[in-house]
Amino acid sequence: MKSGVKRTTGYDIIVLVIMVILAILFIFPVYWIVTGSFKDAAAINAASPEWFPKNPTTDNYVRLFAKPAMRWLFNSVFIALMSMALTCMTAAMAGYALAKKRFVGRGLLFTFLVCAMALPKQVVLVPLLKEMSFLGLHDNVWAVILPTVGWPFGVFLMKQFSETIPTEMLEAVRIDGAGEVQTFLTIVLPIVKPGIGALAIFTFITTWNDYFLQLIMLNSSNTLTIALGIAKLQSEMSNDFGLIMAGAALGAIPIIAIFLMFQKYFTQGITMGAVKG
Amino acid sequence: MKKLVALLLAGVMTFSLAACGNSSQPAAEPAPAEEAAPAEEAAPAEEAAPAEEAAPAEGAAVAADITLWTYPIGKFGDAETVNGFVQAFNAVYPDINVSVEYLDYTSGDDQVTAAIEAGTTPDIIMEGPERLVSNWGAKGKMIDLADLWDEEALADISATSEAVVAACKSADGAYYEYPLCMTTHTMAVNKELFEEAGAMQYINEDRTWTTENFEKALQALKDYGVETTGVVYCGGQGGDQGTRALAMNLYNAEFTNADHTEWTMNSEAGVKGLQQLVDWTEAGLLSFDAGAVASDEIQLFANKTIAMSFCWNAANQLTYAAQTDFTPYAVAFPSEDGTPELAGGIWGFGVFDNGDADKIAAAKLFIEFICDDATQGPISIANTGFFPVRSSYGNIYAGTEDEERMATYASFQKWLGDYYNVTLGWAEQRTAWWNMLQQIFGGEDVQAAADAYVETCNTATADASAN
Amino acid sequence: MTTRSKVLVMRETRSAYLFLLPSLIFFVGFVIIPMFMCLFTSFFNYTMSDFKFVGIGNYVEMFQDKIFQRAFWNTVLIVVVAVPAVTIFSLWVGSSIYRMHAVTRSFFRCVFYLPVVTGTVAVAVVWKWMFNKYTGLFNHVLSEVGLIDQNISWLGDEKTAIWCIIIILFTTSIGQPIVLYVAALGNVDTSLVEAAEVDGATDMQTFWKIKWPSIMPTTLYVLVITTINSFQCYALIQLLTSGGPNHSTDTIMYYIYYEAFKLNRYGYGNAMGIFLAAVIAIFSALQFKVTKSGSVD
Repeated sequence: MKSGVKRTTGYDIIVLVIMVILAILFIFPVYWIVTGSFKDAAAINAASPEWFPKNPTTDNYVRLFAKPAMRWLFNSVFIALMSMALTCMTAAMAGYALAKKRFVGRGLLFTFLVCAMALPKQVVLVPLLKEMSFLGLHDNVWAVILPTVGWPFGVFLMKQFSETIPTEMLEAVRIDGAGEVQTFLTIVLPIVKPGIGALAIFTFITTWNDYFLQLIMLNSSNTLTIALGIAKLQSEMSNDFGLIMAGAALGAIPIIAIFLMFQKYFTQGITMGAVKG
Repeated sequence: MKKLVALLLAGVMTFSLAACGNSSQPAAEPAPAEEAAPAEEAAPAEEAAPAEEAAPAEGAAVAADITLWTYPIGKFGDAETVNGFVQAFNAVYPDINVSVEYLDYTSGDDQVTAAIEAGTTPDIIMEGPERLVSNWGAKGKMIDLADLWDEEALADISATSEAVVAACKSADGAYYEYPLCMTTHTMAVNKELFEEAGAMQYINEDRTWTTENFEKALQALKDYGVETTGVVYCGGQGGDQGTRALAMNLYNAEFTNADHTEWTMNSEAGVKGLQQLVDWTEAGLLSFDAGAVASDEIQLFANKTIAMSFCWNAANQLTYAAQTDFTPYAVAFPSEDGTPELAGGIWGFGVFDNGDADKIAAAKLFIEFICDDATQGPISIANTGFFPVRSSYGNIYAGTEDEERMATYASFQKWLGDYYNVTLGWAEQRTAWWNMLQQIFGGEDVQAAADAYVETCNTATADASAN
Repeated sequence: MTTRSKVLVMRETRSAYLFLLPSLIFFVGFVIIPMFMCLFTSFFNYTMSDFKFVGIGNYVEMFQDKIFQRAFWNTVLIVVVAVPAVTIFSLWVGSSIYRMHAVTRSFFRCVFYLPVVTGTVAVAVVWKWMFNKYTGLFNHVLSEVGLIDQNISWLGDEKTAIWCIIIILFTTSIGQPIVLYVAALGNVDTSLVEAAEVDGATDMQTFWKIKWPSIMPTTLYVLVITTINSFQCYALIQLLTSGGPNHSTDTIMYYIYYEAFKLNRYGYGNAMGIFLAAVIAIFSALQFKVTKSGSVD
């Protein structure tokens, strides 16, 4: 901490109390999922909640792994990582060009980007479906990845970041005879790195949770994702909550672990300080 | 930050590798498909090789890879069970590879819709006539299975119920479904609780009861101290046949006209039934929950929060057997004159028109094997937990541990009502129904809400038949 | 203008488009083309078995469709409530925890991030149970405490259902803004803050005069991602209420899904999609303009 801890006031205590209450509310679903995944059907459906599994069982996990659950998890990770990598790459390049190059059609293109950046993908779901079918990609993980990468929000974000690259610096290296690619790799990328970090996380998380696109684009057990897998465990006449909780835990724990491990990188490098409106 | 970049780079590399791999086979990820295949196909095919000679001639001739999608109808949602069936099939037809995908009732329809639009439909699909015949079939996506419905099959199934035959046949006379099994949906009460509360006396020996006695039973439960007797669930379409059967039976209303061209729950009897439900909830004799669907309600029944379930059948009893420490006692829906008209369920197979004659032939062989093979047929049906549509199968549960339980449910078959599910515009009707229930329990005028509901449904039906 | 500078512009344009190319391929291929297909088919009675030109018929129907109107206002409500609530609350949490001890700070940061990483489907399952009328946690706790004597059907009551959705949306949305605000506040130039404090500025004054302007870019980003999240609110509704009770939680997104995938009325769904796209485009452009003029360069 740069400013150091200041005097503790009454306000601080109230804040802390509120924070703790909220924290409990936020932790509870995860706690419930994890403990629920070790409960048997009777305990999990008991009329009055059983706060901690009295007779812990691993039966839910046994039944979960009888399904291709690891495959689902792998697909989710693959889709999220690919979307993240491709989005960051294409957006960093495009954002740089939009911010630092004066070219024909720039204004029009940027207007398009701003207008489309908040558009939900689901709006064009039926045409996308037709398109993927035309490309022979329906029921293929790429049918989820490609539209995600196309979404212009990343370009918008990287354009904002690239504005901060000092033009003099770019000119200096150009005079030194550096090519476009070299300039991009040695000057641009290091400066926009925090932006890439922010975009990477945003893309990863939205893709991970993009249940709708996955639902429409994927349908065989080889391509299902963990979100779809969990949703599929619910049936019309019975709710196998134990199994669902096990699936949810399987989906959540790796991501939570990654977040904890990389927390420093997730949070330190990312500042929007560089973004100008 | 470095690690993050490294992670990115790793991702990019994986991508380029994957891209290379894909360029040769653009259609799908090749690796996983092959991984999964041997478990299902290779082993049984080899085992079955000696049996090949014995197989019928057409079986040896047909070689195809077909896919089957099942909804969770009994154990047809369970991979292990279905793989067993496929193995048995491959013992006879070793050259037909069957891969199976499992749908669920929450998102299954969306996936089928997406597959139809994307041209990636399976060859065979297992569900009921409301989807196979009046939805996908009516829209020209299915194959006419008239050759499976030969004279023998027609006679055999007609002997069980003409309604089943009618349900599988479209308006233009094509059979888009070949049925496997059927059931009647009932309700169930907590027997011990009913006995303690002295409410059992209101249920007749044959498990029917009158509307009047039903009210007395509710009152008896209430007096005994049961906080919530039953819940009219209307939070979605899951298990809505239960609420429909409840409302229409109370005063013996008809759900549609006989030709299945118009909806009729705004009739005097229909509105009276709906009004009765509202009155009971207002009197505290019954409860409603616009946030629950059937699965939630059955769960409440299973953990004894409520005393009865409106969504019950033979399969549910089996599913919840481990969770219930009381006797779920199946009863018919209460009706004014004590003669209920129960909603049926029919399940079977349909074939999507994928334009490949070999696949279609193979799909038909598979359906025939699962439904009509002398050994496999009864096994298939027993795994759904329901009853055969073919009368020649007789009592397939005779001599099994399920015999007694199934005999009880078989006794309801005589009250099987009209299979109005095949009325066009069915999907619209389902949503309109639970929304209408939400409205009337929310205080809207019952007649007005029912009229609006019928109008919505009739418009949908008219639109669907115009196309 | 000389030929020489024209050549330069051409060269600059060419290299710019080379950098833009990968992104443009995806953008044109998977946003622009589908968008045009969407627009085109919205003039047809496009269903699973029909494709008939109906002119603006779908649009006329849309504006007369009471459910659509209700869905539209629900969408507006969600955006208008969730976006400011998430922004203000995450700013408050961010500014409260960024001063805390490093361990406490990262603890809270993780906690508020949990619902984001747990996944919508999993979170929805737990919340559905918590809101259950008979066995749910909220009714259990509230009746134990004695605040209610009759169980409330949280998701089954028109008055409460949409707020339940908003609350869940809120918990799954604030994680990222908090992380961003903590980082942004940590990067505010401390010398400026200290100078202001020496001059006797109150905490409030320091916040509004010094910190607020320098975290403005973060606020812009938070506004945009929260807006995206709120407009996209679909999975929660499908998993929790199916748009009910009595359409009180229908959003345009959900209604499009319903018309297209449950009733196979693709043309009608696409017409609503075009409408929603237009609204969002205008909204984004306005938001961009407003925050741009409000920010300090």
